[in-house]
Amino acid sequence: MLALMLLIRRFEERASQQYQAQKIGGFCHLYIGQEAVVVGAVAAIRPDDYIITAYRDHGHALARGTSANACMAELFGKETGCSRGLGGSMHFFDKANHMYGGHAIVGAHIPLAAGMAFASRYRGEDRVTLCFFGDGAINQGSFHEALNLIALYKLPVILICENNLFAMGTSVKRSTSLKQIVDRAEGYDIPGDIIDGMNFREVRDKLTEIASSIRKDPHPAFVEIRTYRYRGHSMSDPASYRTKEELEKYRLDDPIIRMRAQLTREGKLTNEQFDRIDKQAKETALASVEFAEKSPDPPLEKLYDYTYKTGNP
Amino acid sequence: MREITYRQALNEALAEELERDPNVFLMGEEVAEYNGAYKVSQGLLERFGPKRIIDTPISENGFAGLGVGAAMVGLRPIIEFMTFSFSLVAFDQVVNNAPNMFTMSGGQFNIPITFRGPNGPAHQLGATHSHATECLYANAPGLKVCTPATPRDAKGLLKTAVRDDNPVLVLEAELLYSSKGMVEPPDEELLIPLGQAEVKREGSDVSIVCYAQTVPMAVAAAQQLEEQDISAEVVDLRSIKPLDEKLIFESVAKTHRVVIVEQDRPYCGVGAEVCYRIQKNIFDELDAPVLRVSQEDVPMPYNERLEKAVLPNADKLISAVKKVCYA
Repeated sequence: MLALMLLIRRFEERASQQYQAQKIGGFCHLYIGQEAVVVGAVAAIRPDDYIITAYRDHGHALARGTSANACMAELFGKETGCSRGLGGSMHFFDKANHMYGGHAIVGAHIPLAAGMAFASRYRGEDRVTLCFFGDGAINQGSFHEALNLIALYKLPVILICENNLFAMGTSVKRSTSLKQIVDRAEGYDIPGDIIDGMNFREVRDKLTEIASSIRKDPHPAFVEIRTYRYRGHSMSDPASYRTKEELEKYRLDDPIIRMRAQLTREGKLTNEQFDRIDKQAKETALASVEFAEKSPDPPLEKLYDYTYKTGNP
Repeated sequence: MREITYRQALNEALAEELERDPNVFLMGEEVAEYNGAYKVSQGLLERFGPKRIIDTPISENGFAGLGVGAAMVGLRPIIEFMTFSFSLVAFDQVVNNAPNMFTMSGGQFNIPITFRGPNGPAHQLGATHSHATECLYANAPGLKVCTPATPRDAKGLLKTAVRDDNPVLVLEAELLYSSKGMVEPPDEELLIPLGQAEVKREGSDVSIVCYAQTVPMAVAAAQQLEEQDISAEVVDLRSIKPLDEKLIFESVAKTHRVVIVEQDRPYCGVGAEVCYRIQKNIFDELDAPVLRVSQEDVPMPYNERLEKAVLPNADKLISAVKKVCYA
């Protein structure tokens, strides 16, 4: 799990560098600082559970098992990308690994999560759907409509609000009429919890408990996972709305540093081991850039092949 | 063949597809216990149970999105909008999520969903409840849009829509639910492919291209024109996207004159698209400019007299036909 968190960190650092080198187009939202959330969540569920997220999705795909190569190639818009170069940074998909996107309209994927969980109930499966979204999404109509439907139909969804304190440049305080985000769940009679998103084990353990209770008896749950993104909202955002002091405070609470310290304390990790894992992550990230560089663009003659499933009418 | 209503035809289509495929379910406002706002889903709750016929709260964006999500993992939802005017609340799900998913995922997730419900201006419902949404939706690549005008087409197109692997909108004609027509018996499978127009009446002097609520209008106008020695061919598009260019061109190559009559507003409308394709492809066949009869370009007024002035009608159509026939 430490390896996975480091892979996400090093992948995002490479993505940042490649964006600045103009190898990556469009918008690019980095996950640096939030790694423990998705890695902890994925550690809590089965490989056949459904996960769906918003546009800050690189970490989610990597955590779910999408290769760094396929992720970087997608950022480069290449045919070998996880969405064949047709989706881009905000639209990562990986059906084989049950990663259902990568959705870039804020809150619009929460009804989709309801539908995926509805399908699980419809078929009598005990799958759990994990639906990730940011603190900005909780003021969208689609969030509220979906939460009501999810509660009404008792759908097996864990609603995961990754509260990184800012919706782009607008702080939660300036956007949300609540003392704490988790209180939104109460309005829909959905049980809510607050989790420290910088602590991998806390995320994993609490979500494991929730997932297992949902499998026994389908119902929704809401967790507000408190985290922090070190970078701006996207690559084009210098994040001048935050103070240096605030950023420094969170850097000291880095989820990777915390996990390393914990494992070291417990005698489960030496400095050499950590360095080896980190080196491996760096190499994988670097290799993904080479892979993406070398990969071909999607062929122009296939432009119309992905509009309708059975061919263009 | 037997005579049934447009409403019954849709009901049969739903029942047959629910019966055939356990992945099909019907969801929307008042579809279950109330038996449908327009009674299209009459009796389905009793027959298929609450697991498959599902009432929703008034949350179009929410349940349209729920349908898209269920389709991502292999179910085949039929989502009813009480009217397509209300689908505008779910526009993001219908336009952004349903048709984009297949492309955005590099072909991993197709969305086999049917959005259906009444569409087009009815009678004195005012501006918010009178939308014809076909040109809005036909504009989105990845969507298919059909507009049945007869009970037979309603049944055959809806069944095809449910089986399609892509998002399909079945825009039912709000004013035609009680209209009657001949339809094959229930034991005979009726599937009408999307993208096939149909000549509803043969003629030789002028082609009237129409769809949905303008089809009975065009047929009635053609009968009146017959008495004035003008032989009008009525071409019902049946589906707006894909569009059956071939049949339109064949008809125009025979008559050399065209009037397009649409229930929608004129600006960027279906008629504009049809007209463009005719002049681009078979310009030399035309003996007169192509004319369109559409709504007036104003929000729908409530007042009955004004509403009538806004809507296309047989008189406006006949007058346009005479113009292109120089009669």
